[in-house]
Amino acid sequence: MSILINKDTRLLVQGITGNEGLFHSQQMAAYGTNIVAGVTPGKGGEWVMDGKVPVFDSVKLAAEATGANTSVIFVPARFAADAIFEAADAGLELIVCITEGVPVKDMMRVRAYIDQIDTRLLGPNCPGLLTPGEAKVGIIPGNIAIPGNVGAVSRSGTLTYEVLYALKEKGMGASTCVGIGGDPVNGTNFIDVLAMFEDDPATDKVVMLGEIGGTDEEKAAEFIATKMTKPVAAFIAGQTAPPGKRMGHAGAIIQSGSGKAEDKIKALEEAGVRVAKHPEELPDLLG
Amino acid sequence: MKIHEYQSKRVFAEYGVPIPKGKVAVSPKEAYAIAKDLGGKVIVKSQVLVGGRGKAGGVKLAKTPDEAEKHASNILGMDIKGLTVRKVLIDEASNIKSEIYLGITNDREKKMPVMMVSAEGGVEIEEVARVSPEKIIKVHINPLLGLQGYQMRDIAASIELPRKNWKEFGVIAMGLWNAYNGSDATLAEINPLIITEEETLLAVDGKMLIDDSALFRHHDLAEMRDLDLETESETIAREHDLAYIQLDGEIGCMVNGAGLAMTTMDIVKLFGGSPANFLDIGGGANAEKVGAAFRIILSDPNVKVVLINIFGGITRCDEVAKGVLEAIEEVKPDVPMVVRLVGTNAEEGRELIAAADMITADTLADAAQKAVAALKEA
Repeated sequence: MSILINKDTRLLVQGITGNEGLFHSQQMAAYGTNIVAGVTPGKGGEWVMDGKVPVFDSVKLAAEATGANTSVIFVPARFAADAIFEAADAGLELIVCITEGVPVKDMMRVRAYIDQIDTRLLGPNCPGLLTPGEAKVGIIPGNIAIPGNVGAVSRSGTLTYEVLYALKEKGMGASTCVGIGGDPVNGTNFIDVLAMFEDDPATDKVVMLGEIGGTDEEKAAEFIATKMTKPVAAFIAGQTAPPGKRMGHAGAIIQSGSGKAEDKIKALEEAGVRVAKHPEELPDLLG
Repeated sequence: MKIHEYQSKRVFAEYGVPIPKGKVAVSPKEAYAIAKDLGGKVIVKSQVLVGGRGKAGGVKLAKTPDEAEKHASNILGMDIKGLTVRKVLIDEASNIKSEIYLGITNDREKKMPVMMVSAEGGVEIEEVARVSPEKIIKVHINPLLGLQGYQMRDIAASIELPRKNWKEFGVIAMGLWNAYNGSDATLAEINPLIITEEETLLAVDGKMLIDDSALFRHHDLAEMRDLDLETESETIAREHDLAYIQLDGEIGCMVNGAGLAMTTMDIVKLFGGSPANFLDIGGGANAEKVGAAFRIILSDPNVKVVLINIFGGITRCDEVAKGVLEAIEEVKPDVPMVVRLVGTNAEEGRELIAAADMITADTLADAAQKAVAALKEA
C-alpha cells in the first residue's frame, strides 16, 4: 500500500516533448511507472520514447484514449495554470505540477477553481511523488529510497533526497514520499498528506520536512496533536534565514514576524513531534 | 519587486485612481522648474524604497519654487537607511481633512487577495495592526470574481465614509483592485487616501510590490527594478538565474536546492560557524553556472572558507565537479574548500576533485564540522 500513486497509476505527461519532460518521462518509465500518454498541443499523432508512448493534442483526448488517471506537468511557468485547468477539466484524479515560478495570481485562481471540484493538485514547484518499488511521478531520483514504512512529506526537493538517502543508509525505507512544493499558494498542504498517511496501512511513522514562511507547519502541529496516532519526526529549514528575504522558494520568507523557524519548531514540539537539529538525526528520531 | 512611489501612483492613475499633479526631478533646478509649473505649494518627496522617509527628513513642504529647490538640494544625495536618494517627486500640496488607509495584498492562509481599509490612514499599517487590529477592516476578494460592488459599499460604510464620497471611493477601490490584478502585484497600497478640505478623495502616497514570477508578462514594470536595493553580487546572481542572498558570516555556501541550501546554513551555525550567504545553484547546474556562483561567493571579502554541498538527483555530481575545477582554474581562490558530493555520479565527481586541493566530506554534519574547523585554522 501507499498513498496517491502506485503500480496501477496510469500516468499522462503534459509537456512530454520538451527537454525536461522527455528526460524525466524516460526516468519515470525506467523506474516502472506506467506512462500511458503524453500531451503537447500541436504534436498529436507523434510517438515518443522509442515509439511506446502516444502524444495527443489535448489532455481530454489523451485521457479518453488511454484511461489516464494522473497527470504530471512539465510545461513552462507561463503555461502552467492553463495546463492545470486543462487536466482538471479532463477529469483527472491527481495533477502533479513540477513547474517552478508560476505567478501567484495564477495559483490563486487555480486554487479557487480546484477547491470546487474533485481533483487533487500537488505542487507547483515540487519534486512530485515516489512510492518506492512501484512508481514515481515527477523528478525524485528513484535510487535514493527503498520500500518501507516511513511516509515522507516535504516542501523541498533536494532536502527530501537527503533524508530519504539518510534513511536508506540506515536500512529504512519509505511507503510514499510526497513533495508538496515551495510556493506560497499550492494545491496540497501538510495536513492533507498527514491525513492520508494516518489512514495508510503501509505507513507506520512519518517524517515531515518544513521550512520558513507561512503557518502550514503550525497547522500541521495542531493536526498531529489532535488527529494522529502515528509518530512524526520533523526538521524545519531556515533557522538562520534573515527576515524579509525570499530564500529561493517563493514561499520561504519571514513576513511581518510570521513564518519563523523557531515558532514552527515550538509548535511541533508542543504537539509531541520529535524535531531534529539537523536532517541526519531523523532516522534515529524515527527509531 | 518593489517599485517607487511615483511609479506606483502612475500605475494607479492608469486605472482611474486620482493622484496629485506632480513630476520627478533628479536635480534641484528641475525641482524648481516643476514647482513653478505647478504653482502654489508643493511637497518634495524622496524616492527611496524604504519606509520612514518622513521621519528621516526626506519629505518636505515648500511654499515657493525657491524653497522647493532648496529642499531638493538637501534631499537629493541624502542617505536614508542605507539607500541614497537619487530622485525626488514634486507633488502639488493638498489640504488634508482626514486620512484613510486602503491596500490590497495576498492572504497566504486564505489563498486569495484581501482588501484592507482603515479610517486611521497616514501611519504604518503594521503599527495599526499591532496596536489596534480592530481598526482594520478586511474584505477577501475571490480571484475568479474580482472585487464586487457591494464589497466596496460595505468597506465605505465600515469606515463611516460620508455617503457623498461613496461613488468616488468605488472608482478608487475598483481602480486599485484592477491595478493590483492587472500588474500581478503582491501589494498595492494607498496610504494615505485623503479627504481634502474640498471634500474629494485623492491618493497622495502609493506603494506597490510586483510578483517577480509574473514579470515575464509585464516588461514595462520589469524595467522599473531599482538596482540600488540589491548588492552587486545579488544582481549578478539574478542575471545568472541563481538564488543568492548575502549574509554577514564567514563560510560561503554553494548548494543545490533551496531547502538544502537553508539547511546547510543552519547546520554551519549549529556546529559553531556562521554562513556568509544563501546560494542555490538550482537543478541541472552546469560549469558556467557553478563558475558564476563561485565568483559571487568569493567576491565577498568576509568569506574565509567555502562549503560546497551537492546532492545529485537531476544535477549530476561530475558536472558540478567539472564546474568547480574550471572555476578554480579561473578564479584561483586562496581559501580552503570543503566539498561534499552525494547522489547521482558522486563517485565520478569525487574522482575528478581528488586531484584538486580540497577537503572532502561524506555527511552533511561532517561537511559542516570540517568547514568550521577550516575556518578556525584560517
